[in-house]
Amino acid sequence: MKTLHDAKIGEPVVVAKVLATGALKRRIVDMGLTKGTRVTVIRVAPLGDPVEISLRNYNLSIRKADAKNILVDG
Amino acid sequence: MNKILALVGNPNCGKTTLFNTLTGSNQYVGNWPGVTVERKIGKLMNYEGYDVMDLPGVYSLSPYTPEEVVTRDYLLENHPGAVINILDASNLERNLYLTTQILEQGYPMVLALNMMDLVHKNGDDLDTQGLADALGCHAIEITASKGQGIKELLDVAIHASDGHVHLKPIRYSNVIEDTLVRIDEICNLPPEHDKRWHLVKIFERDPHELEKANLVPQLKEKLEALICWAEQKEGDDAESLIAAGRYAAIENLLRQYYKRGNKDQTSKISDAIDKVVTNRVLGLPIFFGIMWLMYFVSVSTVGQYTTDGMDAFFKNLGETLRAFLEGAAVSPILTGLAVDGIIGGVGAVLSFVPQIFMLFLFLSFLEDCGYMSRVAFLMDRIFRSFGLSGRSFIPMLIGTGCSVPAIMSARTIENDKDRKLTIMLTPFIPCNAKLPLFALFAAALFPANSWIGPSMYLFGIIMVIVSGFVLKKTRFFNTEAANFVMEMPAYHWPKLKSMWQHTWDRVKGFIIKAGTIIFVASAVLWLLQNFNLQLEMVKPDQSMMADIGRFIAPLFAPLGFGTWQTAFAAIGGFIAKEVIVSTFGILAGVTDPENGGTAMQAVVQSMFTPASGYAFMVFILLASPCIAAIATIRREMGSWRWTLAALGYQTGIAYVIAFVVYQIGSRF
Repeated sequence: MKTLHDAKIGEPVVVAKVLATGALKRRIVDMGLTKGTRVTVIRVAPLGDPVEISLRNYNLSIRKADAKNILVDG
Repeated sequence: MNKILALVGNPNCGKTTLFNTLTGSNQYVGNWPGVTVERKIGKLMNYEGYDVMDLPGVYSLSPYTPEEVVTRDYLLENHPGAVINILDASNLERNLYLTTQILEQGYPMVLALNMMDLVHKNGDDLDTQGLADALGCHAIEITASKGQGIKELLDVAIHASDGHVHLKPIRYSNVIEDTLVRIDEICNLPPEHDKRWHLVKIFERDPHELEKANLVPQLKEKLEALICWAEQKEGDDAESLIAAGRYAAIENLLRQYYKRGNKDQTSKISDAIDKVVTNRVLGLPIFFGIMWLMYFVSVSTVGQYTTDGMDAFFKNLGETLRAFLEGAAVSPILTGLAVDGIIGGVGAVLSFVPQIFMLFLFLSFLEDCGYMSRVAFLMDRIFRSFGLSGRSFIPMLIGTGCSVPAIMSARTIENDKDRKLTIMLTPFIPCNAKLPLFALFAAALFPANSWIGPSMYLFGIIMVIVSGFVLKKTRFFNTEAANFVMEMPAYHWPKLKSMWQHTWDRVKGFIIKAGTIIFVASAVLWLLQNFNLQLEMVKPDQSMMADIGRFIAPLFAPLGFGTWQTAFAAIGGFIAKEVIVSTFGILAGVTDPENGGTAMQAVVQSMFTPASGYAFMVFILLASPCIAAIATIRREMGSWRWTLAALGYQTGIAYVIAFVVYQIGSRF
């Protein structure tokens, strides 16, 4: 299935499921990446990682490895 | 006892500004044992009988980050009179998430809606009364930085603290609400104000709550079956269900009470800035430019002039005092202690103050305007590969000037373990004070090799990388990558007042805490250098320090410099690294070590071979830093155990590496 890591810059996607566990999972859902949330990747850091995403009217930076744990539709 | 109003809110929502407005200058900062995350308490201005507690900014009350633990534990255990939940009104969707959690704890609560000016500027409209009624608490619009709305806020908060609230926690789906009722039947919780909070936490399988519920195995199974049933029915795990439930309720509230205009100025401007400063091509050059400017201004120009000035001031002060004391026929012992010991030692430390001040003014600016998050964004890739945080770059850079402000600047690193590791490794970067030693040794022992001095930087950097890589694998520093899910706040122009407060808080902390330790340590070192065991004042070579030097000299023999003089000099390096060079001068009878260049070189040539000299340089580079830095490490680590562990690690590594250098070097 497609993950947030696969989403292209500027392409809106919708969160389907968060696969991470423990503190990481908690942090991801606490920051608002819950099922059904619309997310857009807005840019990649100059060195290729992490990425900056936009959701719920604010911006978040997340590592690519962690983005792979977020399944998305769209 | 005073009633406490607890301030709770997300990071970057203006909480500290509100705290300063509420308390004026009547505040003190306290480190809590174990963690250095601060919570502050201050007397409420203009109202008798109330204190304000500033809790660390958090996004959630989950028990994972140190900030969350401090805030959560405080709320659960200390029962504040009322909670003031401050929110960034221009970012309510995420800010209200924390509110939904506090509502469940059932404390008298009021909402302080900050940054309403941004809401209006963006053409948005918030129905404050509607939102307040929906949540069952008062909501007051404030502008913390201008002191607007503060009186109203306090009036409703104080009214609320008398128990006049009927909170309406958000409701989850029917399946979850049913499950919560049945969890209550199983666990039979006491009917307290925070019952709903505990029920939700048990549903989330929060380990602390499950332990507290202390169920017999049979009930435990029943509970687990119940949670699994709900998870299956709703098609997700309990934690995700609760988080999604909270956000769904918030979306619902905002649909009713928040009308979006269509000119989102703040995020447009912010986006435009980010297009440049985090640009794939320009991002790094701009970052290095800013770092260079910060370094150039605070460490090498303004910092250096003022530091030299302070240095001269204390030398003058010392000499004036000496003349006065000698004139007054005070015993030479007391004169020496006061002038050489105390003024010398404390002065050496206080002369860092201008540098620290400048540096923190810069850092406060970068932090307050939002650029610090971008620093982490830009540098994360590099520093993560050897176990540090993207923000570790700043302490390392400042460390080339002085470890003291460098260690303090590590405060901007959010993750506690990354911060501790950075503090531990920053002193490996050679500071200004070590350069005269390196220059002297390079000139005396390696006149033909210009790379000897710069090789110290390379050595330091390699040690940081290797240590980071290795230590991160140990259980003390091993953290999940969780902490890099990081908010990128919108840029905003920092308020001068809060920058000043930020800077002054840190500088004051340095002067007071570091000053007291250094005051005592300078006096003790002076005694050791000038007295023998019978407490008679003697020449340095008969002092207790020389005895200690003779005692530990054999330890240094495998490193190639097992004489008491070098041991003496190395210990002198505790006071300040500059002292090492002058110690060699004094021991060799050079009266003016600063101008006795060739004489000094001859001393070094007589004591060291190239191999043992290089080993000595490496040892001084890596071993425990000076007292000022040690005191700062102690302050920033918040514990002696961590401080001693850091010093032990640094000195241990220094010993091993110097040993290897000497053993290999002496074969050529």
